[in-house]
Amino acid sequence: MTLGGYVVRRLLHLVPITLGVTVLVFFLIHLVPGDPAATILGNQATPARVALLHHEWGLDRPIYVQYWKFMGRVVHGNLGDSLFYSVSAGHLVLQRLPVTLWLIGLGALLSVAIAVPLAALAATKRDRLPDHLVRAVPLLGLGFPPFWVGIVLLLVFGLNLGRAFPVGGYGSGFVGHLHSMFLPALTVAFGIAPILIRSLRASLLEVLESDYVTTARSKGLPESRVLVRHALRNAIVSTVSVLGVNIGYLVGGTLVIEQVYALPGIGQLMINSIFQRDFPVVQAVTLVFSIMVVLVYLLSDVVHALLDPRVRFD
Amino acid sequence: MAVAAEAVVEAQVIEHRRGFARRWYRTPSFVAGVTILGLIVLAALAAPLITNHGPTSQDLLNTLQGPSSKHWLGTDDLGRDVWSRLVYGARTDLKVAFLAVLFPFAIGTLIGLVAGYYGGWVDTITNWFVNVVVAFPFYVLIIALVFALGSGTRNIYIAITIVGWVSYTRIIRGEVLVAKRRDYVLAAKSGGLSDARILFRHLLPNVVTQAIVFACSDIVLDILAIVTLGYLGLGVQPPNPDWGRMIADGQTYLTTHWELSTIPGIAVVITALGLSLLADGLADLLRPE
Repeated sequence: MTLGGYVVRRLLHLVPITLGVTVLVFFLIHLVPGDPAATILGNQATPARVALLHHEWGLDRPIYVQYWKFMGRVVHGNLGDSLFYSVSAGHLVLQRLPVTLWLIGLGALLSVAIAVPLAALAATKRDRLPDHLVRAVPLLGLGFPPFWVGIVLLLVFGLNLGRAFPVGGYGSGFVGHLHSMFLPALTVAFGIAPILIRSLRASLLEVLESDYVTTARSKGLPESRVLVRHALRNAIVSTVSVLGVNIGYLVGGTLVIEQVYALPGIGQLMINSIFQRDFPVVQAVTLVFSIMVVLVYLLSDVVHALLDPRVRFD
Repeated sequence: MAVAAEAVVEAQVIEHRRGFARRWYRTPSFVAGVTILGLIVLAALAAPLITNHGPTSQDLLNTLQGPSSKHWLGTDDLGRDVWSRLVYGARTDLKVAFLAVLFPFAIGTLIGLVAGYYGGWVDTITNWFVNVVVAFPFYVLIIALVFALGSGTRNIYIAITIVGWVSYTRIIRGEVLVAKRRDYVLAAKSGGLSDARILFRHLLPNVVTQAIVFACSDIVLDILAIVTLGYLGLGVQPPNPDWGRMIADGQTYLTTHWELSTIPGIAVVITALGLSLLADGLADLLRPE
């Protein structure tokens, strides 16, 4: 199968999942106890505003008609209007999306930068002290609340130690973003790196015992070259999949981390909208977050197929 | 024949248990996990005995005090005793986390059993649901659900159940797919036993181990979720002490009283470590030899 054919097949596979995602997001509003419109408007609820929302959301119609209308709007990129700001929810999300994408991208890069050397160290020194230390990382690391790690990093690097990093905000320009986003991205990376270390170490151990590594060694290649060119290159394939599978956890983590560092991304938008009871915006952010995850699944499948041509012929 | 098959299963289970009793103290991670967690649970249970202030009683004349013999870990911005809030917070957060893991465990296991055993369209639909839920980032869906349902512990249970059942279903379904081709299941089937009896008497005891091991590490995730919700102001509602809320409250005083945010965080980390060690040890112990 060609790469193009493979991508198309994966895309088709994602259609029912994306549909399901929209159903769940749609039903969020029906989970609100009592009359959603009245509950959401809270003390701003006047009969006129409630009636307007009922009409806007079509709450007076049969549920399948409501969903159909909802889908019609979503397909046209219309995610409803913010109840708090007089702009569309989609506009608010688009405005803030770059911040979150920066955070996710930089976080993923940093997590790989942390995980690869540590896993390589552990796998090459199997059952010796470095290995034991690295194996303790996932055990301990997964129990760290991401937002608390953020606060501690802020305390150490933002408020003390020469105040090397800003304590909040997004900065301006590429270098500015990089500087401002470093601590938040590091926080994201600390959350995901333990998972990567565990899987990369396991796959490295497996690869190091394979025939082609033995062959490479018997050719007299230096161990460092065997590790980097032969072993790591193959072990990284499974790490990309693990990163892809855990992207949901990574993306969800940004939600809280944006709150800690006061980053104006869509996570912060979601939390603020929750306290303003701005339902359409919460719905829009939830939808965008999950579509992002679905796209990353696709991306990680494609990268996997590029790195390892065998998967295309499954 | 079927009865004989049941006897075999029972004998295996008993053998397993005997092995467990013989080996648990020789598994260091299990012992360490039980010790850490045991101490925390003990402290939480004995909260009124080991604290001399109420967790919610304010003393506005003595706010933001450092550690002293009167207040072991000092006081917060409302003059509440930090040690007392920490210990009572363990009560709240552990209780919610343990209960929160039960519902997804039970529901996910049941769905996984049925989907794996019957296959066909039941399995297809289950898989679709699983894939849809997995497409949502964990925290995004939990927070969105708690927002829609309203905050409070009951809705935390509901949100965690809606998000959490999929992992158990995946694990159990995978195990059942393998186990249902084993001789003891085929024997039970040909012996004419009802599906319900095969599912619960024969399959369940053999496939549930992996789910139990996962549940131990899942509690870690749940504690983090509960504390995160508390931090965001969507979790356990005040005045109930909760570690997440304590971290959030302390963040305002980070420059002057850094310990207010760090201490409850360390409590979370130690609790999670205890649970992770327990899960690791259990996985070792329950692994078939």
